[in-house]
Amino acid sequence: MYDALAEAFTDAMDQQVSLGELALRVETASGLRSREQIIAGLQRALDVMRGAIARGMPGDLRSVSGLVGGDAAKLANPRGPLAGTLFTDVLAGALAVQEVNAAMGVIVAAPTAGGAGVLPGVLLGIAGRYPAVTDEVLVRGLAAAGLVGAVIAVRASLSGAEGGCQAETGAAAAMAAAAGIEVLNGTPEEALHAVALAMQGTLGLVCDPLGGLVEVPCVYRNATGGAIALAGIEMAMAGIRFPIPVDEVIDTMGEIGRSMDVRYRETAGGGLAATPTGRKLAKERLVQIKKKPDA
Amino acid sequence: MNKVSLLDIIGPVMVGPSSSHTAGACRIGLFARDLVGGDPDRAHVELHGSFARTGQGHGTDRAIVGGLLGFQPDDERLRESLELAEARQFEVKFDNIKLRGDVHPNTARITVHRHNVTAQVVGSSLGAGRILITQVDGFQVDVTGAFPTLVVAARDVPGVVAHCATVLARAGINLASVRLSRRAKGGDAIHVYECDSEPGADALAAVRSFPGVTLTRAIARVS
Repeated sequence: MYDALAEAFTDAMDQQVSLGELALRVETASGLRSREQIIAGLQRALDVMRGAIARGMPGDLRSVSGLVGGDAAKLANPRGPLAGTLFTDVLAGALAVQEVNAAMGVIVAAPTAGGAGVLPGVLLGIAGRYPAVTDEVLVRGLAAAGLVGAVIAVRASLSGAEGGCQAETGAAAAMAAAAGIEVLNGTPEEALHAVALAMQGTLGLVCDPLGGLVEVPCVYRNATGGAIALAGIEMAMAGIRFPIPVDEVIDTMGEIGRSMDVRYRETAGGGLAATPTGRKLAKERLVQIKKKPDA
Repeated sequence: MNKVSLLDIIGPVMVGPSSSHTAGACRIGLFARDLVGGDPDRAHVELHGSFARTGQGHGTDRAIVGGLLGFQPDDERLRESLELAEARQFEVKFDNIKLRGDVHPNTARITVHRHNVTAQVVGSSLGAGRILITQVDGFQVDVTGAFPTLVVAARDVPGVVAHCATVLARAGINLASVRLSRRAKGGDAIHVYECDSEPGADALAAVRSFPGVTLTRAIARVS
């Protein structure tokens, strides 16, 4: 896949196709799988995403530690100012998938398990309100998201242990922003700006899970990741253009990740994990396997 | 252009909560299972580093036992693997351990018994579900599980590699990598052949027919 979104943009314009269609062409040309196999793989991912939202919405699941679960169900009956809109659908979908993940259910790591709620939340949230967004369109959305994720993987990172949460839910929000533009028939230019606008909003985000587990704040951060993706989509489709080119924004994420203190990279040594309550909850809920001397 | 594929990014489909602590851990278990050739009777699982610290909350214990039972990373039975193991009278013991040297934080050492066969692997989960097996029965190896793998234990005598390579060539199996590791000259050695396709029972039997070969195992692709 591409090393820069600018190159992908040029090719998309030359070939007069969307980023998603371009991603399918480039992946097919790489020769590892046929176009049909790639589409079947993405369709399976879509089916699993849909299944995870359905599994998470009733609210009967609890995580291994018991710290999270049941919050997606609360958003099935939202009461706030955005109740009954795409916004609350996206939050609920992202929470649902991440609650399933924390309860050892089946999800699609997209790009990682820790950020797995954002993309299904955004894409299937949109599909729920736009009948024209069929599975065929959603598969193109996933392809566009995959293209963006591949560029982030090589220019920056997709690992919380390497780059903090900006590399997991931040990357997922950027991918979801491109996917949203794709399925709403936006232009490649809008897609790149949606990615930049989403990613600038997650720069510096640390990975600080209580007890090192993919539970708190990860579940909630997937919901806010979805909200940031929506903000990127909305701004880009209104014609807003982010002044820093998207590849430079991605490089910035990588640079911030590399200079981030190890406490903020999935070690539970800093951030919310190191708060008095964070430490107390981790101690209470995480039963340690008994120690054994050095071997 | 880089080598990252769309399905690497949109995937894998897996049981949560962590691609490294759950999906990768399951794959290390699958590798250990294949090394003894099927359902184990007993296993000792030792967890190092982050696997020891956060493994239980991440279901690393359940994922490894699920792998030992032959479940893939997307199999929902991973969640109740400990109970399923008990029902099958498969005895598993867990301990935390500090392995010496430069060891990846997500590492497990698994000793597994089946009938009269015992095997031990040390494997690390590198992130995004990728694994690296670094030791088999105390021998240093370097196996990703991304290929069907043939493991051969033999006395360190001339001709074993040539014999194995010939058998595989006759079976039409192309090799991706070969590694030979021994503890001492003339002692025991482990050969690891990463193949482009899976060696069949005939190839395994032919490899085993060579004097000095004590064990052959075909390990399925685990990632």
